[in-house]
Amino acid sequence: MSTETGTRTPEAAAEPPPAGASAKERAPQGHRRLLTRRDRLILGLMAGVPTLVHLALVWVAALASIALAFTTWDGIGFGSITWVGLDNFRQLFTDNPQFWPAVQHNVVWFVVLILIPTPLGLFLAVQLDKRIRFSRVYQTAFFLPVVVSFAVIGFVWQLVYNPDTGLINSLIGANEPGHYIDWIGDPDLNLWAVLIAASWRHTGYMMILYLAGLKGVDPSLREASALDGANEWQTFRHVIFPTLRPTNTIVLVVTIIESLRAFDLVFVFNGGAHGTELLSILVTDNIIGESSRIGYGSAIAVVLLLISLGVIIPYLVSTFRKERRS
Amino acid sequence: MQRTPPASSVPGPSRRSLLRGAGGAVVLAGAGTTLLSACGGSGGSSDPKTLTLGSNASDAVPKAAFAEIYTAFKKQSGITVRVNTKDHNTFQEQINSYLQGTPDDVFTWFAGYRMQFFAAKKLATPIDDVWQSVGGNFPDAMKALSKGEDGRYYFMPLYTYPWAVFYRKSVFQQHGYEVPTTWDAFVALCGRMKKDGLIPIAFGDKDAWPALGTFDQLNFRTNGYDFHAELMAGKASWTDARVRRAFDHWAEILPYHQDGAIGRTWQDAAQSLVAKKAGMYVFGSFVAQQFTDKSDLDDLDFFAFPEIDPSHGQDTVEAPTDGFMVSKSPKNHDAAIRLLKYLGTPEAEQIYLKSDPSMVAVSSKADTSSYSALQKKAYDMISGARHLTQFMDRDSRPDFTSTVMQPALQTFVRDPKGVDGLLSSIERQKKTIFASS
Repeated sequence: MSTETGTRTPEAAAEPPPAGASAKERAPQGHRRLLTRRDRLILGLMAGVPTLVHLALVWVAALASIALAFTTWDGIGFGSITWVGLDNFRQLFTDNPQFWPAVQHNVVWFVVLILIPTPLGLFLAVQLDKRIRFSRVYQTAFFLPVVVSFAVIGFVWQLVYNPDTGLINSLIGANEPGHYIDWIGDPDLNLWAVLIAASWRHTGYMMILYLAGLKGVDPSLREASALDGANEWQTFRHVIFPTLRPTNTIVLVVTIIESLRAFDLVFVFNGGAHGTELLSILVTDNIIGESSRIGYGSAIAVVLLLISLGVIIPYLVSTFRKERRS
Repeated sequence: MQRTPPASSVPGPSRRSLLRGAGGAVVLAGAGTTLLSACGGSGGSSDPKTLTLGSNASDAVPKAAFAEIYTAFKKQSGITVRVNTKDHNTFQEQINSYLQGTPDDVFTWFAGYRMQFFAAKKLATPIDDVWQSVGGNFPDAMKALSKGEDGRYYFMPLYTYPWAVFYRKSVFQQHGYEVPTTWDAFVALCGRMKKDGLIPIAFGDKDAWPALGTFDQLNFRTNGYDFHAELMAGKASWTDARVRRAFDHWAEILPYHQDGAIGRTWQDAAQSLVAKKAGMYVFGSFVAQQFTDKSDLDDLDFFAFPEIDPSHGQDTVEAPTDGFMVSKSPKNHDAAIRLLKYLGTPEAEQIYLKSDPSMVAVSSKADTSSYSALQKKAYDMISGARHLTQFMDRDSRPDFTSTVMQPALQTFVRDPKGVDGLLSSIERQKKTIFASS
């Protein structure tokens, strides 16, 4: 290896000669910079293999499901794929009683996450950033739900909400006939019940993102605003918060993604029954099973994809444009 | 990526191992689906003395009971059955890709439409020869249940269980209730129970399928077996006045059902019967599995769902049947046939029923002398039935029942007043689903 690179260095290093630099300075620079064939091969494979896998598992799969959205297929053999044009979408928009509630619930999911746990996470992060006593303990406690998978969270909260034997109903005596509260089954309640569990987790997630952002705020800014006589709120409002802009971008994108991919919690909680329908659950219900409606499920997946693209692309484009300008 | 010249000074081994690694990754990605569906099942065994079997019997009781059958079969034939057990629900969800991949020689499955569907898709081997030798052991109803749409046999049933109205003898004795046989008596009993502080009918529909069972009972009692079968086959219309009548009967007893059913599992609903808080429970006989205390189990009894229309009486019994099928190209066809023949004998059934007393035999020759009182009653009810149904998701297209009927019936249970809109919505969705493939 060393001999090999050694023999090649002079000629290759001669290619980009910085004008006026002496040969003595050039040699070691080129030695570090140049890639051998072997390096190129390895790098090529390191980039190429994941690219192939990515193409196969992400792009081929995505394009295939877009194509399948215009067909009906029960998943058995390729012979049973029949082209039906826009039928799946027509059915979805007009005949499916679960579709519009699902869209609505995805939107509600996003609005709730951005309005409640996100500010709460920011608030906690600001408090913890002041290095109060036991801040590590609080930090761990608030972050703990993020470590636990949503499937487990769904299971735990199900125990809390269980209408017959759950914690809440047992405490307030709402498991008797007559004044019965069905947290899991009542369509007016269950979405909010699930959202509390989701917010419980999301708060910790947001807290850790903001905490990281706050660590990056230049302490001299605080000092300067203190010298200018700003109080704590003014400092936060006019100095700290504006510097958190990159963090806010990430938070917004993360929250949009969280609300579009919301699935596991609800699936465990009540399988997306009345009041908790979500697009991701409809996709799964239609595609997984003994005789699946793969075409129809793909149509729902395409709608979900379009919504995701419609939200994420314009936002990312505008943010990156702004960042490049500044 | 740059092409590497052949005379490269790159040391060989590392490049080769890298390429090997890359090749491996591609193979792995390609094989991912089959690996998943096969779950390490049939590992290419062409040994005539072993047979592979995919099983959905993941619960402890049935798993042990099946294992005893396979041991007995080995003793008799010398053939080892290698069982590949998967979680019950996972097995059901993956059955599609499982049967298209490299399935085991024999697999556990359900009678009815679900069996016929895979038979029609040529994912199962016909077993007429098995039925030729063991057919005499079975009543005609079971023979009909085991045939595909093409009239050939594809299924070997092992056990069955009835759906009925379950109750506790001691509760009925204590309050002086009588078993209702007519609809009016049933509704009156519900009213009395409510007055006595009981929940008249236990109900939990969180898993969305229990309500399908209630609908089945109401529909074939109101409209008879033939109409029910037509409705399940997608031929009759859901906007038919007869369907509406069945729902009207449901709406009549819905106030007597346990509150908050959509948030409750069937197991929790069964617990209210165990705890004597509920008076009755419309369910399958496997509800007995929730009665873990021996004296509670002895107290459990049931009656057939009451008569609604006298011209149909109580002649239809919902009795889902479980059994076995042979996959499309079994590696060991002879052994598979031998196993199925064995499973068709009364001995095999008895071995199973000894370990799982919540089920009853399908064979007319099975020895019923060791049956519990509950099993005897279930056996009599099924063998005395003029028509047997399976269950809505076994009698109709599963894609229709799971994506349309399950949420629809949950809607009805929540809001019985919106039934007309609901029925036309079901009918619209049914048309498109039954029109495809």
